[in-house]
Order: sequence, then structure tokens, then C-alpha cells
Amino acid sequence: MKHLLSVADLGADGIEEVMRVTDSFVEVSERAIPRVPALRGRTVVSLFYEESTRTRLSFEMAAKRLSADTMNFSVSTSSAKKGESLRDTCQTIEAMGIDALVVRHSSAGVPWQVASWVGCPVINAGDGWHEHPTQALLDCYTIRGRRGSLVGLRIAVVGDVKHSRVARSGVLAFTMLGAEVTIVAPPTLLPPSLDGWPVEVSHDLDSVLAKVDVVYLLRMQAERQSEALLPSLREYTARYGLTRNRFDLLPDDALVMHPGPINRGVEIAADVADLPRSLITRQVANGVAVRMAVLFLLLGSEPRA
Amino acid sequence: MPDRHPVLIRGGRVIDVTGERVADVLIDGGLVQAVEDGMSTPAGATVLDAAGCIVAPGLVDLHTHLRQPGREEAETVETGARAAALGGFTAVVAMPNTEPALDSAAAVREVLELGVSAVCDVRVAGAITRGRLGRELAPLGEMADLGVRLFTDDGDGVQDARLMRRALEYASALGVTLAQHCEDKVLAAGGHMHEGEWSSRLGVPGQPAEAEELMVARDIALARLTGGRVHFLHLSTAGSVAAVRAAKAEGLAVTAEAAPHHFTLTDAAVEGYDTLYKVNPPLRTAADVVAVKAGLADGTIDAIATDHAPHAPEDKEVPFDQARPGMLGLETALALALTELDLPVADVLALLSWNPARIAGLESSHGGPVAEGRPANLCVIDPAATWVVDPDALASRARNTPYAGRKLTGRARHTVLRGEPVVVDGVAKR
Repeated sequence: MKHLLSVADLGADGIEEVMRVTDSFVEVSERAIPRVPALRGRTVVSLFYEESTRTRLSFEMAAKRLSADTMNFSVSTSSAKKGESLRDTCQTIEAMGIDALVVRHSSAGVPWQVASWVGCPVINAGDGWHEHPTQALLDCYTIRGRRGSLVGLRIAVVGDVKHSRVARSGVLAFTMLGAEVTIVAPPTLLPPSLDGWPVEVSHDLDSVLAKVDVVYLLRMQAERQSEALLPSLREYTARYGLTRNRFDLLPDDALVMHPGPINRGVEIAADVADLPRSLITRQVANGVAVRMAVLFLLLGSEPRA
Repeated sequence: MPDRHPVLIRGGRVIDVTGERVADVLIDGGLVQAVEDGMSTPAGATVLDAAGCIVAPGLVDLHTHLRQPGREEAETVETGARAAALGGFTAVVAMPNTEPALDSAAAVREVLELGVSAVCDVRVAGAITRGRLGRELAPLGEMADLGVRLFTDDGDGVQDARLMRRALEYASALGVTLAQHCEDKVLAAGGHMHEGEWSSRLGVPGQPAEAEELMVARDIALARLTGGRVHFLHLSTAGSVAAVRAAKAEGLAVTAEAAPHHFTLTDAAVEGYDTLYKVNPPLRTAADVVAVKAGLADGTIDAIATDHAPHAPEDKEVPFDQARPGMLGLETALALALTELDLPVADVLALLSWNPARIAGLESSHGGPVAEGRPANLCVIDPAATWVVDPDALASRARNTPYAGRKLTGRARHTVLRGEPVVVDGVAKR
């Protein structure tokens, strides 16, 4: 594998391989000095055209724990504001002699374009509404850590699937690993077509909750209200929010997940987010080890020519 | 100026609106002088070999973006006309979405003057509204006096139904046609590709087919209301084709065109996010391609028009949702039609020559029979020539063809403009 652009690039076997490698990096992360020399002398550049806290920091920490050098390029501090094109920016950075580009952009497809312009590996850290493969990997890893496997698990993905790269990558990854996915959302927040999506669809969260192993909540953004996709966030919460009452409909061992940042009181009630069966902070912790595994698999085998 | 130098097109098969026959074509003084089999070569004549080839009226493109004035880095009248001539075209209609827009006699005159020395007859479509802003009527009469026969706000449809109604009423007295880019801006807002399976998978905001179909339906209703003539630009959906078919059956004064990319490519091409496949109207589904082809075959769609839309690399090497829409078309349209449409050559020529000539009001000089006394605007097509599209070999200033590497059959070999061989054996002479 040259790049990580989509979870589809990995396939089920590739995801399993990432998870096996992640196991060893979780062990590294638990050491007193959580650092290995695997990528010493290599340089990983984060190219972020969209604001991000957790993903950028998570990649940076992953690279540092592998002893790679890291650089950050974010749009507000860069020549992109001076009108430099995306292509020129990528090629300029590459000319400095780097080993990998971690790309986040608000437009779908940018990592594919970048990969066609540069010679080094490109990792998609989120492109528009499209994909966020390392999020899907860390979610799979997190579920696997609790349940051993995703085979046969029933996962409900709830919320704004239409605009969600987390949902697109997650549906691909969960189903590749054998889970059954139901997406739950009002029709306005579903993609216009679900042809080819291996999912069930429901508009009734209450009827779904009793039968799931994992409920995966997506972030709801306030602007959906102004786009006439929702009457109000209050109505969204009433019908699709994981309130305490709805939480009680879940089977006793069902897990609650969210990619963050959470809107307490909108898609998830504040007290639910903090329950032990909520894996939200576990997801973040696993994110570092998963990204170490991805960087190691893309860069670890051979030094830069 | 007509070329005084005699030219003999020898050994070809003439195909025009009257039928086909084997004949040589003698040209002098800018006119066809004789069409007979086995003519002897007059002294001093240039001979254009047409063995195995089709001699036809020159092709006419109803929909060309020449980008001048304003975006000369992408195309100029000179370079676009050369690309047209190499594609077999002897006339193109330049779209008015230049910067500034072609919305006045002065602006139209500037482009017409640039076209005088070009290797293709350059005509102009004027804007329907001032600045193409969709608010006030542009001086249609003033532009019509300069010979403008088509008006459009292409790139934008006239959104305001009342304004479109008034424009159709006013235009009917001028004997001109209003051409519409059908797209309901509100319903299409933010859409960068066809809305459907692929946009959903790719996470690219889409625009539904209904955004086009709503305006097609509205303008059919307005044609009925006003009796005005409406030409539908680049129809791309099955619903649009069905609506136009019904309107024609009803006897309304509507015509329509389709672009080669809408009968050769689908939205699946966007999979790799290559901005060369971004175009407006967007590439649609396979079912829409089938419907467009059926519309071309049964006469619902009158013409193939290129929507030749050159863009500089810096306008395409950007994220998909920021890229300008459009693709080159002049040098590949004929070959795509011959290769991809399962139609007799005469039908393809009707779609590319005499039908668009009639819609553009050019029938006195283009698209007419190859006959004595007619203006010598002709093309010679080698229907068996196979070639591979090479962006770097195109005459357009831009390189944004989605067909790079595609093997095509059929190519313009010679093009004669007002009696002058401007393209000979696939090479532009000036």
C-alpha cells in the first residue's frame, strides 16, 4: 500500500493487519517512555486546510512516538492565504524532502489529487464529506478491544450521515469486518442515494436501540438548521438524540461511541457521554496507536530513496 | 475576402442535406463552381485529395467558449477558431459569458472583428440580460442589427420566469432565438456533480437532474405562452429529452442540442476526483446517456454542440468543488459522434452541420447543399482514420480534454473556409 486514502484501499485483511500492528503500539504507549525509534530520521508533514484539534494532535503524537520529525502546515499561517495553489504548496513541501503528507481538507477528493501530484505516501486525515479512514480504523480497533471481533455485531450509525466522512469510512470498515450496520437519520440527513451501501436504514431510533451492540452517534452541526434540513436542534434531539431514557433501551452490554467533538445535550445527553459504556475517550486514546500503526506500515519498511 | 485561388476536392463522396454522390468539387472565388464526377484539374488549382473521404458542408458549433475578452490565458478567438477548423468546423457561435459579457453592440462588434482574420467563421450569441445578471433585458435589437441570431445567458439560466417571458415576447419581433442553459439555481445550489449514487459515495455535493428539468419544463410552458423560439442548450437528462420530445410533438417552436460528453461519459468518471470531468450540466447516469443518444437518433435533439470550454491549468488543478466547470470539445466532437453514436454518417452530419446552421440562422452560408454557387465552407472527413487524443497536440490554448488517450475513429482531414483551404491533411495552414 502506497497511500491511505480510503479504508477501501485496505480491505478486510489490511484493516486486520493495521489492528495487529496497533496492538504492539498500544503496548508502546503504555511504557514509561512511550517512544520507539522506528521512524527516526523520517519527516511527516501535516497539511491541514481545515481546522482540527484532535486529529492533527493525534497524528503528531503518533509520529513523535515513532521518533519521526513532524511539521505542521495549517492554512491560516501559510502561503495558501497568499494565493499559492494547492498543487504548488504540495510540491514545495515535497521538495524539502519529506516522507509522508497527512492531508485534511474541506473538499472531498483532495487527498487523491495530492497523491497524484507528489511522490511520497499520502494519508487522508479527512476530506470534506467523503472519508476519514484513520477514524474508522480507530473505531474498529476500539470495538474489537471490547468485543474481540466485529463479526455479526449490529451497529447503529445515528445522525448526519449525508455530511459525514466519519460515517462513510465507518460504514465501509464496519461492514468489511462483518458487522451489520443500520443508519438512523431523518431523510434530509441521508445521502441522496444509498445504492451500493450495504446498510439498513431507519428513521426510528427507539425501535433500533433495543437490538444493537454499538450505537455510534455523529456530530450534529448547528448550520443544518439554517439549511432547512432540520426544523431545530431541539427537534433533532427529541427524535434522534441519545437521551438517558433512550440509553436505557439499549441492551446491557451495548457500547456508545462518538468521533468527537461532542455536542452535549444535542446528539448525546451530558450524563450519557460520561457513562462507563461510553467509549469516547477510549476512541481518542486508541487513535494515537492506530495512527502509529498506519505511519509505520506506510513508512517503516524502507528508508526514503 | 474570398480566396481567388481555385481548389479542387478530388475523389470524395459528397454528403449533404440533399443526399450523397461521388463527385469532385471545384471551388473558386469563395464559391462552389462545380460538383461533378471526374473533373479535370484547372490550371493553377490546389488539389485536395479526398479519396475514401466524405465531402460535406462545414460543421457548425452552436456552443463555443472562445474566452475573449477576459480569459485569454485559456483561449482566444484566434486559437479557438483554429481548433474549430481542425475539428471540421467552418462556423462557431461564441458564447457571451466573457469578461465583460457580450451584452452590447460594442462588445459583440469587438468579437466579430477579432473573428474576421480567424480560420473559422466566428458568430456571436448575445446575452439576454445585461451583464448576464438576469435582471434587465440587454439591448437585443441593437445586437440583432449586427447579425446576432441567438441570445443566451449561458452559464446561467434566466431564473426569473417573468423576465424570460418578456424576453421571449420581445425577441419574437426580432426573429431571433433565445437559448437557455437550464438550471434552477436554487435547487442546484452548491452542486458540483450530478446528484445520485456517485455523488453520495464520493461525498461531493450534487445537483439533481430535476434542477435542469424544472427549467426545461418552465421554458416549454413559456414557449407555449409567448410563441417565442427557445433553443435548449446541452440537454443532459432523460427527463429533459422526454420533455422536449413532448413539446415538439405539440408543435412548439423549440430546438435542442446535446454535447458529446453527455453521450460519451457518465458521473462514474468523477470517481478519481479528476477535475477534467467537472462540467455543467454535470455528467449524468448511464440511463441519461442512453436517453440523450435516443434523442439524437429520433430528432428530438437537433444538434450536437461542443460546449467547448477551455480552462487554464490553474483553474483545474484545484479541489473538485473549486474547479471551473467545462471541457474542450471542438477537436474531438466529430470523432466522438462518429465513434460513439450508432448513426449513419449523414445523420451525424445533420446534427453537426445543417441542423445547427439552421438554428444559428446561418443557412445562407453554412450547412447548405454542396452545389454550384454556394459559399465554399466545406469539410473533408476521413471516416476511417483512427487516432488517439493527445492533449498536447490540440490547437486550443488549453489542455482540459477528458479524452486523453482515447482511441477514436474518424477525423476532419481538410477544411475549406470561404474557398480557402485552412486545414489540409490535418494541419492548420495559418
